[in-house]
Amino acid sequence: MNLTLKIWRQDGPTARGELVTYQVPDISPDMSFLEMLDVLNERLNAEGKEPVAFDSDCREGICGMCGLMISGDAHGPEKTTTCQLHMRSFKDGETITIEPWRATAFPVLRDLVVDRTAFDRIIQAGGFISANTGAAPKAEAILVPKENADRAFMAAECIGCGACVAACPNASGMLFMGAKVTHLGELPQGQPERAQRVAAMVATHDAEGFGGCTNIGECSHACPKGIPLDVISQLNADMRKAKSGRL
Amino acid sequence: MTETLNKPEGVDADYYSVGAPIADTKAPAGPIENKWTLRKFDASLVNPANRRKLSVIIVGTGLAGAAAGATLGEAGYHVKSFCFQDSPRRAHSIAAQGGINAAKNYKEDGDSIYRLFYDTVKGGDYRARETNVYRLAEVSANIIDQCVAQGVPFAREYGGLLDNRSFGGVQVSRTFYARGQTGQQLLIGAYQALERQIAAGTVEMYARHEMLELIVADGQARGIIARNLVTGEIETHLADAVVLASGGYGNVFFLSTNAMGSNVTANWRAHRKGAYFGNPCYTQIHPTCIPVSGDHQSKLTLMSESLRNDGRIWVPKRKEDCEKDPRQIPEEDRDYYLERIYPAFGNLVPRDIASRQAKNMCDEGRGVGPMVGDFRRGVYLDFADAIARLGKPAVEAKYGNLFDMYARITGENPYETPMRIYPAVHYTMGGLWVDYDLQSSIPGLFVTGEANFSDHGANRLGASALMQGLADGYFVLPNTIRDYLAKGPYPTLDENDPSVAEARTSVEDRTRRLLAINGERSVDSFHKELGHIMWEYCGMERTETGLMKAIDLIRSLRAEFWRNVRVLGAADTLNQSLEKAGRVADFLELGELMCIDALHRRESCGGHFRAESQTEDGEALRHDDEFLYVAAWEYAGGSGEGEMGAPVLHKEDLAYEFIQLKQRSYK
Repeated sequence: MNLTLKIWRQDGPTARGELVTYQVPDISPDMSFLEMLDVLNERLNAEGKEPVAFDSDCREGICGMCGLMISGDAHGPEKTTTCQLHMRSFKDGETITIEPWRATAFPVLRDLVVDRTAFDRIIQAGGFISANTGAAPKAEAILVPKENADRAFMAAECIGCGACVAACPNASGMLFMGAKVTHLGELPQGQPERAQRVAAMVATHDAEGFGGCTNIGECSHACPKGIPLDVISQLNADMRKAKSGRL
Repeated sequence: MTETLNKPEGVDADYYSVGAPIADTKAPAGPIENKWTLRKFDASLVNPANRRKLSVIIVGTGLAGAAAGATLGEAGYHVKSFCFQDSPRRAHSIAAQGGINAAKNYKEDGDSIYRLFYDTVKGGDYRARETNVYRLAEVSANIIDQCVAQGVPFAREYGGLLDNRSFGGVQVSRTFYARGQTGQQLLIGAYQALERQIAAGTVEMYARHEMLELIVADGQARGIIARNLVTGEIETHLADAVVLASGGYGNVFFLSTNAMGSNVTANWRAHRKGAYFGNPCYTQIHPTCIPVSGDHQSKLTLMSESLRNDGRIWVPKRKEDCEKDPRQIPEEDRDYYLERIYPAFGNLVPRDIASRQAKNMCDEGRGVGPMVGDFRRGVYLDFADAIARLGKPAVEAKYGNLFDMYARITGENPYETPMRIYPAVHYTMGGLWVDYDLQSSIPGLFVTGEANFSDHGANRLGASALMQGLADGYFVLPNTIRDYLAKGPYPTLDENDPSVAEARTSVEDRTRRLLAINGERSVDSFHKELGHIMWEYCGMERTETGLMKAIDLIRSLRAEFWRNVRVLGAADTLNQSLEKAGRVADFLELGELMCIDALHRRESCGGHFRAESQTEDGEALRHDDEFLYVAAWEYAGGSGEGEMGAPVLHKEDLAYEFIQLKQRSYK
C-alpha cells in the first residue's frame, strides 16, 4: 500500500505545532498502525530527520499508553486501540491525518505525545478502596453475586487511554470516571466510601479542566473496550444521591 | 574482585573466571513451615514515628513495585516511586492474561501450601531455592484476600464464591482469574492503592522518569540518577534504600511478548555497580503466541495458555498436508503430538516442553501457516472439540477476548478455523541475585518480582508470575526491608559526594556520547540484529559452538554500535531515540552475559535446553552432580563504553532438604 500521512509535529509543550505531510510507500496490510509509523521513523532517521514522537508500550491493547486521533477518529476506524489497528483497515492511496488527543486537560508534550496525568489525579481523589495491606478479611467472607462481579469487571476493563476525552466535543472525562465509580460501586467492598468517592472524583475532574457530559455518546463509541454510556448514568445517580445524603 | 579467583577448564577459561561461593544467610534454620514466621519475628521493627524519616526509592510500578510502594507508604515510610511510562498503571504486569495461583484449596482437590511449593520447585526443574519458594506458596492465599478487599473483580460462580481454573503444568485448580485480563485487574488494584498513598503524601510519584544509574556510597545503595523523559533533565534522587522492581529483560530478543519499553537498564546499571546477576540464561519461551507474519513485526502477542485447557494442539501427520485447509484434514491424519507423547498431562505440559515440541514439529517440516525463512513456524490450536462439547457461548465466555484479539491481528476467525500458534520469548527467570530478604549483593539494594532471580528456578509455571510479583510487593519486601531500614536513617549524602557526582557524570557523558556518534545505523537495526543472534543461538535450543559464535557476534555488534549508531535530537527534550539507544546499549552487554551463562551450564534444565544434554527421547537431561547451583555473576569491568571484562562466577549451592530431586517427567 502507498499512503499519504499528515502528522502533527510540535517540538515541545509551548512550541507551535503544524501538520507535516509524508509519503509512505510499500506498507503491508498486515502491519499494525504503529508498525507503519515505525517504518516512517526508520526512514526519517536515515534521512537525518527527527522521528515522530508517539506513545506506545504493550502493543497488545491493554496498557492504554497509545492513542492517536486518526483522520478524526480516536484510535481510528475500528473499535480497538491504535496499537491493535491494522493497515488492512485502510485503502491503498489513502490520506491519513494523525493528531494527538486534544483536550485542555491533556496538554501536548511533543508531536503526538500528551500528558494524561489528570486521570491519575482523578483516581487519587477517590478511585480506590481503602484496604491497607494485611487488613483484608478472608476472600470468601463476603459473597459477590456473579451479576455484580461481572458488571464490575466490565467497567474495570477501562484502560485509561483517554480516547473518550479526545472523542467528546466537551472533552469530558465522565466515561472514564463513570467506569471507575461503577466498578467499585458494584462491589460490596466499595460501599463504605461510595458517596465520598464520587464527590471527590467529580470535583477533581472539573478542576482539571475536563468538560461536562451532554449525552452525545462519542466517548462510548470511541472506547476500545466498549465501556457503555450507562456508567455515566450510574455516575450521575451516585452523585445526586451523594449530594442529597442518600448514598 | 574476589581473592579465590580461579580459571575454569577448557573453552570456558576464555570467557569467565570462578570466584568464591555465595550463600543466603537470612533464612532461619528449622522446619520449612516455620522459617518465614521466624524471619518476620527476627527482623527488626521500626517505630511508626521513625518511619517517615526513612526513605525508599522504588523503580518500576508493576505488581511488585506498585504493591511495595503502596504497602510501605501505608506503613508510613517516605517512598519515591519511578516509572518510565506516563502513568504507573501502564506497567507491563497489566498484560498478563491467565491468572494467579494461590493455595486456597477451594476446590477441595488436594491442594495445599506444600503442593504449590512442590509444584513450583518441580516446575522450575529443581533450580530454585527451596526457602524462597515455600514462602511464596505460604503467602499466596493472603494475596487473594488482599486483592478481593481492594475490589479486584475476580471471576465468580453463581453462588457468589470465587471461581478457579487449572493452569499449565499442574493437576489442581488453584488459579484465580478475571477473564483473560487478570494482570490488568491485579495491577489496577495495586495502582489504585499506590495512588491512594500518593494522595496521602507518603508516596511521591515520578512518571516518565528512567533510572540510568545506581548510586553506591560506602558500599551501600543510596539512590539513583534518573532522566526526566519530558525535559531531559538529569536528576539525583537519594534515599536510605533502593528497590528495583523493573521487570524482565525478554526484549534482549527484540521480538518478545514484553512491552516496547521493557528493558534491563535499571538491573544492568546495578549489576555494573556490583549486584550479582543470577542465572541470566534462564529464559521462558511461551508456547501460545501468535506467529510472526513478517519483517516489520515490532512485538509478539501472547495468548493466555489457559487456551490449552480446552484447545487441542496438533500438526498434520504428513508434510504434504501442511498447506491444506486444516478443516479438510481428517482426524486420522492429525498428530495431537502432546497428547501422544505425554498422555498424563497432554496439552497441559509445562511451557518449556510445549514450546520445544512445537519447534521440533516445525523443524521436522510439519509446521503450518506462512513460510518464515525456511520453515512454516506454527502449529494448530484447535477448539472444534471444545465448541462441540461446551457450545460456542461457553467457549466465548471463557476466551472471547483472546479470540477477538487473534482475529484482529491475523484476520482469521478462530471459531471456524483452528488458531495458529508458535512459541515466543515471554519471561526471564534470571535476574539480580537476592537473598531470602530479597536483598542483592549490594547492601540496601533490594530486587523484587521478575527483576530478581529467586523463585522460578529454570522454568516458571503458568499463573506464578503474578503471584510472585504481589507476594514480593505486598508481603515479603515490606517485612524484610525494615530489618535494613531499622539501622537507619543512614548518613545524609550530599549531591557533591564523590559517589553521587561520579554517577551523575557517567550518565551525562554517556548521553553526550550517544548523541555525538552520529553514525549510519538506527538503534532499532542494532536491536533487531541482536535479537536474531539471541533467538538463533540462545533461544529454545543452545549448543556450545552456537553460543561461542553468538558471543563473537555480539561483541562485534556492540563495538559497531558505539561507532556507528545514529541517535538524532537533543538531550534536553523528549527524545525517544535516545531512550531506546541507552536501553539497547545495555542489552548488548547483557546478551553476552546470557550467552556465557548458557555456555557454562552444560546441562539442560527448564527453559535452558543444551542440545548436548538430552535423553534418548530428546528430553532435557539435568546434571545435578555438577550444576545444582545458582550461577551468580559478578561484573568485571571494562576500560571503555561497551567493553566488558570476563565476568566472575559465584556459585550458590542448592540444597534440597525438603523435596527429593527427581528427573522431571510429565509422561
